[in-house]
Amino acid sequence: MKLKQLSVFLENKPGALSEPCRLLAKAGISIQTFSLADTREFGILRLVVEDSDKARRLLQRNGFAVKVTKVVVLEVPDRPGGLAAILDALDGTGINVKYAYGFTVRRENKGVLVFCFDDPDAAIRVLQKQGINVEGGAGLLKRSKS
Amino acid sequence: MSKNREIPPMHPASAVDFLPLAQLRDVQFTRLKFIVQRAYDNVALFRKRMNERKLKPGDLRTMEDIVKLPFTVKTDLRDTYPYGMAASPLQEIVRFHASSGTTGKPIVVAYTKEDLDDWTRAMVRSFAACGVHSGDIVQNAYGYGLFTGGLGAHYGAEALGASVIPISGGNTDRQIMILKDFGVTVICCTPSYFLHLIERAAELGMDIKEMPLSIGVFGAEPWTENMRERIEAGSGIKAYDIYGLSEIVGPGVAMECTHQAGPHIFEDMFYPEIIDSKTLEPLSDGTEGELVLTTLCKRAMPMIRYRTRDITSLEPARCACGRTLRRIRRIGRRSDDMLIIRGVNLFPSQIEAALLKVEGTLPHYQIIVDRQKGLDTLEVQVEVTNEALSDTVGGLEQLQKQLARSIEGITGLRPALKLVAPRTIQRSEGKARRVIDKRIL
Repeated sequence: MKLKQLSVFLENKPGALSEPCRLLAKAGISIQTFSLADTREFGILRLVVEDSDKARRLLQRNGFAVKVTKVVVLEVPDRPGGLAAILDALDGTGINVKYAYGFTVRRENKGVLVFCFDDPDAAIRVLQKQGINVEGGAGLLKRSKS
Repeated sequence: MSKNREIPPMHPASAVDFLPLAQLRDVQFTRLKFIVQRAYDNVALFRKRMNERKLKPGDLRTMEDIVKLPFTVKTDLRDTYPYGMAASPLQEIVRFHASSGTTGKPIVVAYTKEDLDDWTRAMVRSFAACGVHSGDIVQNAYGYGLFTGGLGAHYGAEALGASVIPISGGNTDRQIMILKDFGVTVICCTPSYFLHLIERAAELGMDIKEMPLSIGVFGAEPWTENMRERIEAGSGIKAYDIYGLSEIVGPGVAMECTHQAGPHIFEDMFYPEIIDSKTLEPLSDGTEGELVLTTLCKRAMPMIRYRTRDITSLEPARCACGRTLRRIRRIGRRSDDMLIIRGVNLFPSQIEAALLKVEGTLPHYQIIVDRQKGLDTLEVQVEVTNEALSDTVGGLEQLQKQLARSIEGITGLRPALKLVAPRTIQRSEGKARRVIDKRIL
C-alpha cells in the first residue's frame, strides 16, 4: 500500500544524520525504515515513520527541509527471487523504479520493500494482478518494531 | 628590482597632459557647454531632468556651474536599454560595447567614429604615460568582445605603434609560452590574472624575471599597493594602474605615469568631481567621496555627471611628472554593493534575480568570493526549501545545475553552487549576510 515517505535534506558532514533522528526519538516517533542517499556534498535521508504528518511538522519546525513522497510498501517472502518477482511483474509496463530499499523480518520469514515508482497507482494495479501482496507491507512494518 | 628601461621621449599625444591649468580649464568649459547642449538636444531623459530643474544649457556660466546639472546613474542606462541614452542616430554609431546588467539585460554603450578616435587617443596617452612606445611588444590579455578592455587596449597600443598580440583572456599556459617566445615587453590584463601567470610560470619551471617583460598595464578590478609589491617582486616588471569604466568609455579614463602615484585623469576628456554619496554635495580636492565623471567629448552617448560609485579622492598636489592632470587615489571600495569578479561587475541583486527565476521564491543565499591561484572564485550557497527539495540525488543535482546556469545566464559568471540546509546561513538581526569577500587585495 501507499505510505508517505519523508525526505530530509542533510549536508554531508559529521553529525548531520543524528540531529533529525534525535528529534524524532525525543518526540517518541519511531522510525520504521529508512535509507540514505548521499553525494560528496549532501545527503537525502528517506524515512518511513509511524505518524508522518507529525514527524514532518516537527522536522520542519526545527529547520529541516522536508519533502513528502508517496511510496509503495510491499511484503515479499524472504527467499531467493522475492525481489525479482516484483521487478518481473513490472517488466515491460514502462513503470520506472526511481529508488527502493528494504529489510527482512526473520521472525516472519518475510521482507519489506519500499519502492518509489514514477507512477505508484499504476504499479499497485500491475502488482496486484500478478498476485503480489501490496497490503501486507505496512502491517509488517508496524509489527517488526516490537 | 625592476628591469632597466629607458624612459622614451614624450609621445606627441601626451602634450595635452601638460596643458597649463588655465588653458585646461578653458578647454574643459568649452567642451562641457558643447556636450551639455548635445545631450539636451538629443537625449530625452536628460532634457526632462534639465527642464524639471528649469535649466537650459545656456545657464552654464562657469565650470563650477556643473554642480547644477542632474546626475546620471547606472539604472538610467538600464531603463533606457538599449538605445535610449544615445545622442547620435544609428547612421553615425559604429560600435557598441556592453556590460552585464541585473535582469540579464546588459548596459549598452555606443560610439561614433570620432568617439573611437578619442578613446584610442586616451589609450595612446595611457600607454605613453607609463613609458610604452613603438617597438614594444604588447600582449593584450584583456577579453575581446562586448567588454571594453580588449578592444580599447588593442586600438590604443596599435595606434601608439606597438606590436600587438591580441591573445585575449584565458589559456594560461599559452599566454606564458607567447610571453617568452615573442619576447613580450608589455602585458595588459587584470592584476589578479598576472599574479596567476607568475605562479603558473614558476610551476612550469619558468621565471618571468628572466623574460624581457618590463611593464604591466593592470586594471578592470580594484587592487592595492600590496598587490603591486607582490607583482613587481615576483616578476621584475613595473606595474601600472589603469582606470576606466564602460559607461564613460572603457579603459583609459585615468592612467598612472612612471611615478606610480595614482592614475592621472585625462581631464580634458573626462571631467572629475567628488561628491558626498549621501548628500550629493560636491567635496573639495583631497576629500574622500564618490567619483563623478562627465564625458566632455563623447558624441554617441554623452554621460553628464555619471555617478561611478567608486570611492576615492582627487589628489590636489602636482605630480612629479609635471602633468597638470589631477590624480585619483587608488580605488578600494564602492558606495554600492557591486563586486568585481574576474573583471566582471556583479550585484547581489543579480544573484537574487537568477535564484528567483528558478525557484519562484527567493531562498536564503550567500555569495562567497575568494581568490585561488590569482583567480577570483565565486561560490553561491543556497538554502534548500521544502518546495525545491527533491527526494532523489538526481533531482537535487538538477536543481543545482539549473541555479548555476541561471546565475551564469544573468551575470556571465559561472558559480560553484552549493546547496545547504535551511537556517545554516548566518543571519544578523534576522537578515542574512549576503556577501563574504575573502579576497586579500
